[in-house]
Amino acid sequence: MSKPAAEEPLHYDDALLRRILTNAKTIAMVGASPNWVRPSNFAMKYLQRKGYRVIPVNPGHAGKDILGETTYACLRDIPDKFDMVDVFRTSDAAGAIADEAIEVAANKGAQVLWMQLGVRDDAAAERAAAAGVTVVMNRCPKIEYGRLFGELGWSGVNTGIISSKRRKPGP
Amino acid sequence: MNDKPKKALSPSPAPSPAAGEYGIETLAIHAGASPEPVTGARNTPIYQTTSYVFEDVEHAADLFNLQTFGFIYSRLTNPTVAVLEERMAALEGGRAAVCAASGHAAQFLAFFTLLEPGDEFISSLNLYGGSITQFGHSFKRLGWTCHFVDPTNPENFQKALTPKCKAIFIEVLANPGGIVLDVEPIVAIAREAGIPLIVDNTMATPYLCRPMEWGADLVVHSTTKFLSGHGTSMGGALIESGKFDWARDGKFPTMTEPDPAYHGLKFYETFGDFGFTMKARTVALRDFGPAMSPANAFYTITGIESLPVRMERHVANAQKVAKFLDAHPAVDWVSYAGLKNSPYHALAKKYLPRGAGSVFTFGLKGGYEAGIRLVETVNLFSHLANVGDTRSLILHPASTTHRQLTDEQRHAAGAGPDVIRLSVGLETADDLLADLDQALG
Repeated sequence: MSKPAAEEPLHYDDALLRRILTNAKTIAMVGASPNWVRPSNFAMKYLQRKGYRVIPVNPGHAGKDILGETTYACLRDIPDKFDMVDVFRTSDAAGAIADEAIEVAANKGAQVLWMQLGVRDDAAAERAAAAGVTVVMNRCPKIEYGRLFGELGWSGVNTGIISSKRRKPGP
Repeated sequence: MNDKPKKALSPSPAPSPAAGEYGIETLAIHAGASPEPVTGARNTPIYQTTSYVFEDVEHAADLFNLQTFGFIYSRLTNPTVAVLEERMAALEGGRAAVCAASGHAAQFLAFFTLLEPGDEFISSLNLYGGSITQFGHSFKRLGWTCHFVDPTNPENFQKALTPKCKAIFIEVLANPGGIVLDVEPIVAIAREAGIPLIVDNTMATPYLCRPMEWGADLVVHSTTKFLSGHGTSMGGALIESGKFDWARDGKFPTMTEPDPAYHGLKFYETFGDFGFTMKARTVALRDFGPAMSPANAFYTITGIESLPVRMERHVANAQKVAKFLDAHPAVDWVSYAGLKNSPYHALAKKYLPRGAGSVFTFGLKGGYEAGIRLVETVNLFSHLANVGDTRSLILHPASTTHRQLTDEQRHAAGAGPDVIRLSVGLETADDLLADLDQALG
């Protein structure tokens, strides 16, 4: 990942992120790596353990198995439907992936384009939003899942969540 | 920003303000401490356990590789300590925090994460004496060089910069009190040099000053003092703002380069704005071991709940005591930035608008003998070497903590023969004045 761009800080309401992560069941992860030490690999593994199906997209590994799932060369090649596209590539590559996501969104049922921590392309985000796709940038779904559902604070991170409600474990 | 999904995805919960929008009194009670989900326990339980059962082998592997969130061993993380860590991060307006066994341990975690052998940093001279010793003597043995400068002229930091300098360290409200630094120009110097500004905020607490709001990148605390507040529990905390760019010019390879102890994991890439805290925890805390105990975390969490009301009373009492001493015939001078005649009064108004703390020094006309007489004649003030207790404390540095130094060294350290240090507590102010009055004779 490249470092975050120096644009305006992004803000997303917790309610929106919670809704996205609660409703998404299948995630197409562009840039998923078969290398177990890469963040994309262990983010995929984490999301799988939380009950998501994650479909890896990586042209260099098309047809191969990553964490029990067949890898596809591009979003168009995925035979199944998916709710969300997670972009685990650099900001430079995000625009083209966004355009492909917009193109297949209706057909595949994808409602969300999520760009990873450090990935941001404001122009691509505007195109996706205009096409009715919800966009999140410069965030990690694993970290946000942990933050919203009670795990991130275990590492001393300020989750920003204040509540006297008794939370059910999990989402 | 696009935040309207095309279809309504699900009923959204009632909107609640982000933690940053809550007041400090609310954060002091609630941050990090939602009810325990399994039992519903409302107060934070003391998780008096060393270790945690893995779900399966795969889960254990993921935890050891830092690939999932969870607990392994209480030297690294503990659920009670984690509540205090999140609360400290919230109170300081930071992104994440790691606690340690003491303030000194927290400082060690910060510097071990920043520095390589041969590296240097610049520190204000006006520090807690224990920090001066840690930086000047023990750190030297690790190959870290500290350049001490007079902080009352911020240009001194600029002049002391070297290519190997990796941080600037200050206390905004300096121990033993009376001195307030002008933070903004020091922040500008650190920014220009591409190095983090570290602030020891022990004497002010986040109730009186939040250094990150002025641009500090890291904040350290001895939680032993005002935060735990009752003189019961040792502890320290290191908080990161999450805003420092560790990759800007290759000065911090420990943050940006693959870590051999974690299969080449790059902390800044993987954890982003809480990468420094992760590194401090999973390398410095793991390998050197100065972990905070869950019981001390619990007492400190409980203490922090009343921090805002205690600090209000601490500064109100300190103001009264300082005014009383300033007008007393046996007193030569009072160094308290809350007094209008202090050269630091304007800076205190700017950086510590709620009050200039409750620790300060004053000088006795009767010199060394009068100092000894005072500490031995007071009845409510406790003669001991600590600050930030509910109880009022008194110390005559020349006959105690600074006894071994030469006269010249004592003067340089602000511990001349006539100097008395007070930490004003929460007793009835008139009782404190009466006690000092009878002891001053």
